[in-house]
Amino acid sequence: MKILVCISHVPDTTSKINFVESDTKFDVQGVQFVINPNDEFGLTRAMWLKENQGALVDVINVGLQTSESTLRKALAIGADRAIRINAEPTDGYFVAKQIAEFVKENPYDLIIAGRESIDYNGAMVPGLIAGFLDIDYVTNCTKLDIENGKVILDREIDGGKETLSGSLPLIIGGQKGLVEENDLRIPNMRGIMQARQKPLDTLEPFNFSPNTSTLKFHKPEPKQAVKLIDADNLDELINLLQNEAKVL
Amino acid sequence: MAVITYIESSNGKIKKSGFELASYASELAKQMNSSAIAVTINCSNIKEIGKYGIEKVLKINNDLLNEFNAKLYSDVIVQASNNFDCNRIVLSSSSDSKYLAPLVAAKLEASYLNNVISLPSNLNPLTVKRTAFTNKAFSDCCSSSAKIIIGLSNNSFGLVENSVSVIEEDFKVNLVNSNLSVKSTEKSSGKVSIADADIVVSAGRGMKGPENWNLIEDLANTLGAATACSKPVSDMGWRPHSEHVGQTGKPVATNLYIAIGISGAIQHLAGINSSKIKVVINNDPEAPFFKAADYGIVGDAFEVVPKLNEKLKEFKLQNS
Ligand SMILES: Cc1cc2nc3c(=O)[nH]c(=O)nc-3n(C[C@H](O)[C@H](O)[C@H](O)COP(=O)(O)OP(=O)(O)OC[C@H]3O[C@@H](n4cnc5c(N)ncnc54)[C@H](O)[C@@H]3O)c2cc1C
Repeated sequence: MKILVCISHVPDTTSKINFVESDTKFDVQGVQFVINPNDEFGLTRAMWLKENQGALVDVINVGLQTSESTLRKALAIGADRAIRINAEPTDGYFVAKQIAEFVKENPYDLIIAGRESIDYNGAMVPGLIAGFLDIDYVTNCTKLDIENGKVILDREIDGGKETLSGSLPLIIGGQKGLVEENDLRIPNMRGIMQARQKPLDTLEPFNFSPNTSTLKFHKPEPKQAVKLIDADNLDELINLLQNEAKVL
Repeated sequence: MAVITYIESSNGKIKKSGFELASYASELAKQMNSSAIAVTINCSNIKEIGKYGIEKVLKINNDLLNEFNAKLYSDVIVQASNNFDCNRIVLSSSSDSKYLAPLVAAKLEASYLNNVISLPSNLNPLTVKRTAFTNKAFSDCCSSSAKIIIGLSNNSFGLVENSVSVIEEDFKVNLVNSNLSVKSTEKSSGKVSIADADIVVSAGRGMKGPENWNLIEDLANTLGAATACSKPVSDMGWRPHSEHVGQTGKPVATNLYIAIGISGAIQHLAGINSSKIKVVINNDPEAPFFKAADYGIVGDAFEVVPKLNEKLKEFKLQNS
């Protein structure tokens, strides 16, 4: 089985979100970049499939040289080969087009991406790839089992979950649940050493343009100070919720 | 060049978010001097959409569509928008609509702008305000594509009443059965989901253990609210993963979010920040949640929550 895991290189969840160049660009100063958490669950599931059922696992990122540290981390976790398509990941459409073109030439049985990147929250890369290539697709995927080419998946839905069955080839948008938090892997010394020997191939981008652009970023308005209500005066809270906030 | 929107239903009835979506689509159509068409699938109470300015409703009844299937549902939307020459497509932020949106975008070679929170500030190029960095920021984004899909954030636009009489039209679709099939569905019955709830009661590690969640559920029942939790609570198995809210869990954009025994870590706040009113109950006055909340009570949840529940029950009795 050949698995491709799409890796987005995103600011760590604790990052301060600031903008530069007249609020047109995200300020990367002092920001730590990590594997997108949703992708990390997928990568770990791919490692499980590799170790238990035999698979070759490639990771791919559309990004500039700065994302190589993130790809090296994926290799240290256990991926066999990394591919970087050398272009600024301007929007989800552009990223998906690049990956879809790559996959046309290099088919995979299973493509795993995250349900969304935690930076721009586009939530479209795996779905667009599926649409471009006409491959079956399941997102918000919280469970993935493969047996003799048959796939059983759970999808989180509003208010519950749904169990689906399908077959390969398949694309999923993964999230927490694919593996448990405790099963996420931190690269060890041996993995980090091995990663240095593994191929990290850089490809030039295919000729597509993004179809959206960001004109300006804004930060939220500063919040008004909290109104503290005495724990012995809960009637006051109810009164405020009813008459001031009008939510009761 | 009309606007088309897919109005979701559940058990044959339009979902609450459907009326907000209808309002947005018809206001957008007004802006464009055009009209709005709604797609409905196996839905019965169609007339009600007319209250929110939609003049034409397509009725699609097909047994292949009895269960949600993203591929088939996206085919329906693609065929309807092609048939009526629509180049603006408005979709909700439910998990089903977010699932099918990129499939529609790929088929129509359309741009997909999701997490949109307002009508366009400009029609050419279409420019909208969206949330980014999981609600830690906003962005103005534009697209010049011929076809554009707008994914409207839940509870960001509200309802705009504008009664019109609805023309219903049966619309036939050509569908090829999909490889993927639903084996089973588990839904917490009788409970509102986090996505559809007006009020969410959420609790964290401060509740000390799963055995204490009856306090949270009682309060939620009184308020007709959905229950949610912080990430460690679901990681420890105190509550199901489906209740985990925050940057790596479900997003919450409700009218009232009540946080009990939750410290207010940045990843938690990111996911719930677009809720309109936030109330925090925490025994530590230094908890970061107090900086993000509208109303706060410094106190022990084990004392405050049962008392609040009793008071709210009285309140509900008097106001029912
Ligand atoms: C990559 C990443 C992603 C993450 N994503 C998320 C996410 O999506 N959602 C999320 O929630 N977290 C997320 N987290 C975790 C987050 O950083 C916090 O650890 C978590 O939100 C804390 O949960 P908590 O508030 O329940 O627990 P704690 O931080 O332990 O807070 C418990 C609170 O309860 C209060 N308390 C204790 N006893 C009482 C009492 N008797 N009465 C009243 N109050 C009491 C305490 O004062 C404290 O403020 C993420 C972390 C990382 C690293």
